[in-house]
Order: sequence, then structure tokens, then C-alpha cells
Amino acid sequence: MQSRRIVVVDLGTGNLRSVTKAVNAVSPNSEVRVSAEPSVIADADQMILPGQGAIGTWLKQLKPGSELRQAVMSALDEKPVLGICLGLQALYRYSSENSGQKGFGLISGTVRHFSEAGDEFDQKPDQGMRKVPHMGWNRVKQTNAHPLWNSISDGERFYFVHSYYVDSQDSDQVSGQTEYGITFTSAAARGNLFAVQFHPEKSQHAGLTLLKNFTRWNGSC
Amino acid sequence: MPLAKRIIPCLDVDQGRVVKGTRFINLRDAGDPVQVAARYDREGADEIAFLDITASSDNRDTIVHVVREVAEQVFIPLTVGGGIRTLEDISRLLNAGADKVSINTTAVNNPDFIREASQHFGNQCIVVAIDAKQVESEPDSPRKWEIFTHGGRTPTGVDAVVWARKMEQSGAGELLVTSMDRDGTKNGFDLDLMKTITSQTGIPSIASGGVGNLEHLVEGVVEGGADAVLAASIFHYGEYTVAEAKQYMARQGIEIRL
Repeated sequence: MQSRRIVVVDLGTGNLRSVTKAVNAVSPNSEVRVSAEPSVIADADQMILPGQGAIGTWLKQLKPGSELRQAVMSALDEKPVLGICLGLQALYRYSSENSGQKGFGLISGTVRHFSEAGDEFDQKPDQGMRKVPHMGWNRVKQTNAHPLWNSISDGERFYFVHSYYVDSQDSDQVSGQTEYGITFTSAAARGNLFAVQFHPEKSQHAGLTLLKNFTRWNGSC
Repeated sequence: MPLAKRIIPCLDVDQGRVVKGTRFINLRDAGDPVQVAARYDREGADEIAFLDITASSDNRDTIVHVVREVAEQVFIPLTVGGGIRTLEDISRLLNAGADKVSINTTAVNNPDFIREASQHFGNQCIVVAIDAKQVESEPDSPRKWEIFTHGGRTPTGVDAVVWARKMEQSGAGELLVTSMDRDGTKNGFDLDLMKTITSQTGIPSIASGGVGNLEHLVEGVVEGGADAVLAASIFHYGEYTVAEAKQYMARQGIEIRL
């Protein structure tokens, strides 16, 4: 198989080395680069957009009008893209984190804190308090078929760590759902975009399988 | 609830080797950290914790190398603690492949550090380690615990439960609660301590200190209310595998990733 160039976009937060090592492990022939260089992003065949921490700090690196933002936006438009954690949340129109942040608006819906989920999220007396962040291994129900789910069982567990969740408006764009007091979108897909709330690079076999599927994906469903 | 309770094998690392002591002393060698971590990963550990107990700061680079090497072959979350004093220390460990850092002494000496660290890196990667020891309380009043620093050597006079709540407010994403009275004894977790903390905080808590058999792990979750259980010696010396522990817990009706 020909070598593919994969760029892991470096917006200065999170553990990017793990993403890179995990992709190397499943696809030794791919050339993986961690970069914030617009030219490297433009030259790549595929883009991974990972992010952890506060979305405001993360989005600040993509200044409106900057070359970096243009390179990322045009990759989101045309290349196969995998968004991870903040890389999922940023695809939505709006996040309530950090006094409200405007996202890319490519997928319909908004991002909210678990505490904004309302009564459904409240504790049940026999189960104790539901902790935030939602941290640990939870199940992902595959709500739509997608090449990135190949060889992964429906209901498989992945590793999550987040306090904000995405509330999707268009069920056609929801590819996976997870329950934590409420049912939220844990994987979203639209055309060349696939994005997950969990961390495939930290989800052992299931996560590595998803990354391997991504390295073989041409961006169509 | 579909979220699984986690089993976390902990590796105490001294100058690049895994060691284990009793009540924080009498260290025994338990192997090469990279090999031990890879074995736990194969057995299905949900996460791995490294505690760098190297006393001298000259050898701090060693733990960064250990994390770097482990992160190349182990694709589950890694938590690293011990000797973290600055944002730069955190940054180096995260860049080496750690997902979370656990902080104890520095948090006590400078409580603002937890706020700064969680604002900078996100609270998902800031674990506050609480080493607690029971202290005398008034007759007929509830038990009390005090926190200790410097690997359990220095008393602080600070109440453990008050401290846990304060750290949650400062931006800790998780608490690692170790009972110093139970650590290494194999008599089980201090369930009162765990229950008191888990019922009064809204962030995940890891129970630590005292695991001697698989029933203790179950108690930590069911009675202590822990979201994760941490153990060292029962896994290091081959008494149980992580897989056996997970199967046992699942049979007791606990939600586990198998």
C-alpha cells in the first residue's frame, strides 16, 4: 500500500505523542507528522484534529484570517478528517465552555456542560452521585454504519474523559451514542469528517482498530 | 450505569525500577517498569499509574524516559505522580506520553498550583493525590483523617475531607485517595475514608492502599463508592492477574470492561 501522509494538528494542548505513536503502531507505512504549519497541513492526505483541555485556549490558536485557520478549514472541507475530543466539539456551532465559544458550525448542534443537561442527569438515589468529568471506559452504540466502525463490535467500550458533551440536532450526523445519565453523541460523521468524543489512542484494541480504519479511509461513506 | 469501574495497577518506581514497600518503607524490587506495564496492558488493565518515589531530584529524568518508552507500546491512559513541582514538570510528562499527573506535596505547599495547572492543561489531567492517616477525634464523633506530604513523612494538620473538597473547587479532575494506615498491609481499603470522600465530592475518586485480595477491590467500589481501584503488590508478585481481578468483580455484578 502506498504511504499516506497524515498530519496531527498541534494546537498546543493534549498528549499528541500518544496519537502519533498509536497511528504509527497500526499503520507503519504512513508518514505521521505533528505540526501547526499550514503547508504541512495542506500537503497531507489526511488530518487528525485532537485536543484536550479548555476549548477556548485551543480555538485561540486558530485565529480568524490566519493561514493556519485557512489550512485547517480547507482540510475540513476536502480531506478525510478524524476529530478527537475537542476536535469533535469544535465542529459544532457553539460551545458554552469558557463563557461561550463559536465553533466551525460544520455539524448541527451545540456543546454543553453535563451540569446543563437538566433533570435527566440528576442522581438516582441508589446509584450515588454522577461524577464529572465523565472519566473512564464507556460503551458506544453504533447508530449509523460507517467504514470507521469496521471490525469493531457495536457497544464496544472506549476511554472517555470530558465535562462537556455534544448535543446533536441532526440524527443523520450521529454515528455513535453513549449513555451517562443522558444519551449523548460520542461519534459524529458528515461526508469526509468523522469525529469522536472518546480517545481512540487510549482505548487499547478497539481504539487502535478505529485508527487503523481511519488510515485506510478515503473520506467517503 | 454503563460506565465501567476501573482497575488501575500502580507501579512505584525508584530510579527506573518498580519497587513496593509496606507503609511507605521496606522497598522490594518488582521488575522493569516497561515490561511490567506491558504485561498489565495485555491483561486488560484500564489504566496504569506510575508513582516516582525517587527521593533525589537528580534522577527525575528517569521517570520521563520510562513514560516515553511505555507510551510507545501501551495504548491505555497513563497517570504519573511524584516530585511534580512546576507547570514545566507537568508539560514534560504529558509530552512524554502521560495522560494525567498526580500531585500531592506541591498542592499542599501551594494550593494555587492546582488551579493554575488545571487552567493551563485542563482538569482532565490533574489528579490530586491525598495521603491520609487517621487521627484522634472526639469520643463518639466520626473518624477523622489528616493529610501527609513527602511520601507520607510530613504531617500537615489539614483534614483530609476538607482538603478533598477544596481541591475539587480548585480544579482537580480526580482524587487518588491513599490510606496510609492500610498501605501495604493487605487488610483492605479504609472504606470509611473512601465513603466519606466520595459522598462529599463530585469528581471521580480512586481508592488506594491496603488491597490484599479481590474482595477488597469489590468493597472499594460497592462500600467505598470509588470510581476506580488501585493496587500494586497483589499484581506485582503474581498473586492475581488483572484479568482475574476483572472477572471476579464482574461476577459480583460490578460494571467492568472485559
